[in-house]
Amino acid sequence: MVIGAGQAGLAMSHHLSGRGIDHVVLDRGEIANSWRTERWDSLRLLTPNWMTRLPGHRYDGSDPDGFMTKDETVSLLSSYGLSFGVPVHSHVTVEQVTAKSTGFDVVTNQGTWSCDAVVAATGASSEPRLPAVAADIPGRIDQLTALQYRNPDQLGKGDVLVVGASASGVQIADELQRSGRSVTVAVGEHIRLPRRYRNRDIHWWMNAIGQLDERYDEVDDLTRARRLPSLQLVGSPEHRTLGVGSLVDAGVETVGKLMRIAGPKAQFSGGLANLVANADLKQNRLLDRIDEHATEHGLDSDLPKPTRPEPTRLGGAPTELAMCRFDTIVWATGYRPSYSWLDRAAFDQRGRLIHDGGVCALPGLYLLGIPFLRRRKSSFIDGVGPDAAELVSHLHAFLDNRTRVISR
Amino acid sequence: MTSTETPAVDNGVNVEALLGARAALTDAPPAAQFQWRASNEWVNGTHSRSTVSGFSGLGAEHTHRQPYTVEADHPQVFASEDNGATPPEIVLAALASCLTAGVATVATHRGVQLRSVTATIEGNMDLAGILGIDSDVRNGFDGIKISYTIDADASKADIEAIVAQSQKRSAVFDIVANPTTIQVEVV
Repeated sequence: MVIGAGQAGLAMSHHLSGRGIDHVVLDRGEIANSWRTERWDSLRLLTPNWMTRLPGHRYDGSDPDGFMTKDETVSLLSSYGLSFGVPVHSHVTVEQVTAKSTGFDVVTNQGTWSCDAVVAATGASSEPRLPAVAADIPGRIDQLTALQYRNPDQLGKGDVLVVGASASGVQIADELQRSGRSVTVAVGEHIRLPRRYRNRDIHWWMNAIGQLDERYDEVDDLTRARRLPSLQLVGSPEHRTLGVGSLVDAGVETVGKLMRIAGPKAQFSGGLANLVANADLKQNRLLDRIDEHATEHGLDSDLPKPTRPEPTRLGGAPTELAMCRFDTIVWATGYRPSYSWLDRAAFDQRGRLIHDGGVCALPGLYLLGIPFLRRRKSSFIDGVGPDAAELVSHLHAFLDNRTRVISR
Repeated sequence: MTSTETPAVDNGVNVEALLGARAALTDAPPAAQFQWRASNEWVNGTHSRSTVSGFSGLGAEHTHRQPYTVEADHPQVFASEDNGATPPEIVLAALASCLTAGVATVATHRGVQLRSVTATIEGNMDLAGILGIDSDVRNGFDGIKISYTIDADASKADIEAIVAQSQKRSAVFDIVANPTTIQVEVV
């Protein structure tokens, strides 16, 4: 039983079919439901078209360096599912998964299923991750999360505070500023990157130097690696770079991390300059690695000379702003998976799902499609296939072993 | 990280012990709860003396090797006797000390030998705030600027990264940069 018919569920289904393992895929909506219902209108993939590789699928269109729109991504995943006849059951909402002595009961709004193994492929972005300070926002201010944001027409004409400056935050802040609103963005820890470097996409480089293939059992601090914010990128036809610096150039006001609401004022961290300097340093360290790779592989003669982006300029960083200025707050403070439907036996005392690279401590339960599950690219379309291939081997052995135990 | 991977540098920081503590406190979160304390006594005029001695952490009470005192006063241009640093200067000193300790720790962790580390720290303040002349002016600093001069076996970018990481892990940087709830009572 695979739960979720997004990139992860489909990739897993493809591998299960390849091994002749009988299975179904359940989804609360249709294939690519999150892309259909929980993404803003202008969103494009952050990875270029050539990286939309899935098991048995390669991009063969005319624009390998382009970025798919939201609708094109829905089409990609739908036609991919059709291509191998994914056994999907649409509009089935899973309410409870319970482990039995052998196998699982899966309770849904369409009745209860029994199965030998469960793959939780419901995605990394099931719900918004909101900071505690969100509870203190005055009621007259409209609030929406990045999962609810669609386009600027949803908002009033007044000033907007966008909290968060990773991929979602910078894209939404940019779009709202272009719509004629006055936008302030609260910037916490972030990862700055140029969209293109030395005539290649940054993801081409990260793939080439092996960074995207770094494995979960090889990184120094896996907890930290899994918690890293998303890369500050946008997919656009112009291949433009979007970050704190470009927002400042566009007239967006920058402030530090939103710390608390004190009476009529919002208070922001005074540490923004250090976060920005740190992001610049880390970006340049990655570019150093890329340049070393280019030299080692004899690419320098075919490429423009190395350059370094300008250090980020801030347009001031006030630590207090009057809340009355803002009509709307957009929370782009991250997402998290939701496993509220999953048997509590799968979790530790602090409520964390216990697993080793997606192989859960609860036998027969697997996890797929979350950041750095087994490699740095685990949450990318391009990364879910290799993860699914490894997990399906484990799952296959588990099922074989179980059959022997039962038949004995 | 094992000791064999750490290059042989000696900045007088026991990084092994700190890494051990990090691992131990990850496994035992309650032991990471510390309480820092000071007592303060008015001497005369604007002169007061703070004393630090005990603190708690690792599930136990601890005392410093000896009690330490910090004298605070206002300068003669404020018609005071200038028996010590002003409290805002003590905050600047605390911030610089915290960051410098961080620089030494991070440098050692990254295998960078330090030869000298000096810092100057400036905090600008408009007295119209504390004197109640202009309610739009805050009491505290408008901004703080710290300038480090570091001589070490490392590139400028590596040194900048060490200073940046020190800010990221600094208690006083966070205390000064971010709001903290303060409760003052009279007993």
